[in-house]
Amino acid sequence: MNYISLSYWDLALAAVLILANGLISLWFRLGLEKSLLVNTARMLVQLSLIGFVLKFIFAQTSSLWTIGWALLMILVAGREVMARMTTKLKGWWGYGIGTTTMFFVSSFTTLLAVGVIIGPDPWYAPRYILPILGMVLGNTLSGISLGLETLIMTLKRERSSVEARIALGHKRFEAINEPLRRALKTGMMPIINAMAASGIVSLPGMMTGQIMAGADPVEATKYQILIMFLIAGATASGTLLAVVGSAYRLTDDRGRLRLDRLV
Amino acid sequence: MLKVRDLKIHGLEPISFDLQCGDVLVVRGPSGSGKSLLLRAIADLDETSGSIFFDQMSKNDETAGNWRVRVRYLAAESGWWLERVEQHFTNVSAARSLGKDLALEDKLFDSPVAHLSSGERQRMAFIRAIENEPTVLLLDEPTSALDEETGKRMEDKIGFLQKSGVILIIVTHSNEQASRLATHVLTIKDGAARIESA
Repeated sequence: MNYISLSYWDLALAAVLILANGLISLWFRLGLEKSLLVNTARMLVQLSLIGFVLKFIFAQTSSLWTIGWALLMILVAGREVMARMTTKLKGWWGYGIGTTTMFFVSSFTTLLAVGVIIGPDPWYAPRYILPILGMVLGNTLSGISLGLETLIMTLKRERSSVEARIALGHKRFEAINEPLRRALKTGMMPIINAMAASGIVSLPGMMTGQIMAGADPVEATKYQILIMFLIAGATASGTLLAVVGSAYRLTDDRGRLRLDRLV
Repeated sequence: MLKVRDLKIHGLEPISFDLQCGDVLVVRGPSGSGKSLLLRAIADLDETSGSIFFDQMSKNDETAGNWRVRVRYLAAESGWWLERVEQHFTNVSAARSLGKDLALEDKLFDSPVAHLSSGERQRMAFIRAIENEPTVLLLDEPTSALDEETGKRMEDKIGFLQKSGVILIIVTHSNEQASRLATHVLTIKDGAARIESA
């Protein structure tokens, strides 16, 4: 292992690069200085804190700390799904559909990867569980929010064709077949495309990190392939559950379209 | 026979009426008064309280799909979900021959939906609505996009359906059309619906 530790002076030097953003914004009067400043500060604080939080959690050999932090990550990811939507379901469903779905698919895939495939000792080793959960969540949340956004927008735009089918006596999921399929496709497309680009265009972050930390590149790619499968599986099943769940909520047992259940 | 009992439409007093086979009820009232909502409620497209019976069938006891096959609603704006017109029909040859009566060229059935004019789409949607012989037909401004000539052809078709025993409820803004078609008129005014024989 030839791991080179970074000093704070190293980071300060790199921080000069962010000035380029500021200068461009000032020069072209983009008005981005304020949000640039705020978001850079957020990035600094959040990443520094997470370093300490993870260090603390790694030091506790307690499954409770790991599970507690994992739950917090899932709840925040659920909030992020909701924040990305222009129109969402009314009431508990708005937050619940994404969060519940991610809870099931991300914990299933993470436990499968860590508990069965990687098999560290102890099984709840936060060093494995938390980063893998984070990667799975980050990708499923974008699949789910894309899928839900597409479903809701398509149902609103295609309302007359959906209701024409309902009026012709088509069944609940038959009448919304087209919007449903489009939503699933849109949600799953990014991960399918990402698999095609990976390795040549993009060297995925986790693999790069392991290589820089001194791991054998072949071993690092094996981990990356595992992660790709986890992400693909979680995104597909997460998108499916969230989209079908919302489609269920946006129709009723009399086969009607219920756009009144949107905010 | 169609029996509507205490049907609650948003902003209106409960509506009740009976129609026999061959009756044509024309619904009149200003825009936004609830005419379309009345048709949608009868087709069970919106949640409403009240009950509706057709012969022995009750809306609330029948499956929604069966109800809407018998009690067919045709919206003012037609809806299409596949590429070509023809794909939307269950019996394409019957649809094509109905098309002739409504002055629709045969080749239109093979066209993409997007290439049709709004009047052509409106007639196509009408054919689609009647192709599996509903017994109650709810038409929301069926001739709004048609010229006088094709509008007359549509009215002839409506008259033909009436003679064969279909119950029709029609929303129209045209006084002439109303007087030509109606056996009964339902007028919505000041939050109440009043029904009388034409």
